[in-house]
Amino acid sequence: MNLFSEIGRYIIFMKYVFKRPERGRVFWSMLTREMNLIGIESLVVVILIALITGAVTTVQTASQLASDSGILPPSLFPMEIVGSVVGSSSILEIAPTITCLVLAGKIGANIASEIGNMRVSEQIDAYEVMGINSIGFVSLPKILAGVIMIPCLILVSVFLLMVGGLIAAKLTGIMTMDQYVTGLRSSFVPHYVKVLMVKGYIFSFIITSMSAFQGYYTKGGALEVGEAGTKAVTRICVTILAFDLIIAKLLL
Amino acid sequence: MIQLIDLNKYFEDKHVLRNINANFYSGVANLVIGASGGGKSVLVKTMVGLETPTSGQVLFEEKDYHNLEYEKQQELRREIGMLFQGTALFDSLTVEQNVEFPLLMFSNMSKEERMDRVNLCLSKVNLVNANHKAPSEISGGMKKRVGIARAIALPIKYLFCDEPNSGLDPLTSRVIDNLLHDITKEFGITTIINSHDMKTVKDIGEHIVFMHQGQKWWEGSKEELAEAQKSNPELDAFVKASF
Repeated sequence: MNLFSEIGRYIIFMKYVFKRPERGRVFWSMLTREMNLIGIESLVVVILIALITGAVTTVQTASQLASDSGILPPSLFPMEIVGSVVGSSSILEIAPTITCLVLAGKIGANIASEIGNMRVSEQIDAYEVMGINSIGFVSLPKILAGVIMIPCLILVSVFLLMVGGLIAAKLTGIMTMDQYVTGLRSSFVPHYVKVLMVKGYIFSFIITSMSAFQGYYTKGGALEVGEAGTKAVTRICVTILAFDLIIAKLLL
Repeated sequence: MIQLIDLNKYFEDKHVLRNINANFYSGVANLVIGASGGGKSVLVKTMVGLETPTSGQVLFEEKDYHNLEYEKQQELRREIGMLFQGTALFDSLTVEQNVEFPLLMFSNMSKEERMDRVNLCLSKVNLVNANHKAPSEISGGMKKRVGIARAIALPIKYLFCDEPNSGLDPLTSRVIDNLLHDITKEFGITTIINSHDMKTVKDIGEHIVFMHQGQKWWEGSKEELAEAQKSNPELDAFVKASF
């Protein structure tokens, strides 16, 4: 199937996603369940990845700038720059993009497989026969929960990336905590937070809507459900990186 | 009553339903029979709106289902219950919640009223003490019964059953057949059962539609079947092979 017909199908799919839900109370209970699954159950992985990535970024940046650059001897190098680089790159790139790529693997594959399984076991057909808009019923709570919860996870990630860097700086002794914090403060640009949030909302919509779309049109059996998950993650990752470039070009 | 008029369905260049004209009557068990690959499942899916016909009409009490506005079509769908071949129970819900689901979506009943209706439907299908079990914890026959209970939870006018006996032992198959017969008579609904089980035809079939190679090959009552076999070799071969 060519790219244009796939995009066309996705647009039609989205038209049905945003139809008014049949029952508010059922929708609300599904939304809270999805918010828990997407947000709370992803918290541990986000915390771990943010702390480790923050520490690695700090250590590697310090190593590259101070030792390998050859511009200044290590003892004379202003180590505040490390905090500055870690701060900016955390807000602009690592927190939104790396977090969302990881969440694409966790949440995206999960949504595609869950909806794909509902499709091959005729549960989607059962909704349709009952007169329920099945696309909206199974997808909208997941998309909305993702758009609410993933930006929150990204904000947690930004904070923990910086904390991870701070811990690494302290434990390895490559710089003082004061130097690191001074660097973070000096590089802070409020506009970067806007870019972070724009990326967060767009990426979370991409993750949830594309995985729901992929799962909804699954055909076949268990094998195809697995393939839908894999296909969803691959496509989401490529789309996120493409949009990352577009947003960077437009907003920076 | 449901009428099919010149119904055709193509999947790309494959002609799956060929110019089908047939009637399905209220208050009786209408059986669609035929060998696998004969177009039975596609016919039922086209009738309930899961497939769109390439041409022709499906009339529910003279309303052209596939040409109704989206909202009207959704309203009509709420009068349809369906038992799927694989039961299609919602696996994240318990037995009780599965049966409660249509009530939760489309009625204004209180929790107590819904539970009364759920228990009534479960008792109609002889399923007790299974309310809090997950679909994965119950047998195939019980799943079919939960599927029937869910289908009749709302006051439906039409009940579609796609291979209700598939995967069941002969005894359980008869239990399901009898249930479908009793429900059809009690509620006076139009029941369409897609089956290749001649025991079902013998036990509960009243109006029979025989499908062969995507065409309606024969239509008539159970009493007319034996006579029709004499002049219809395909029907005769199917009936004889089924026993």
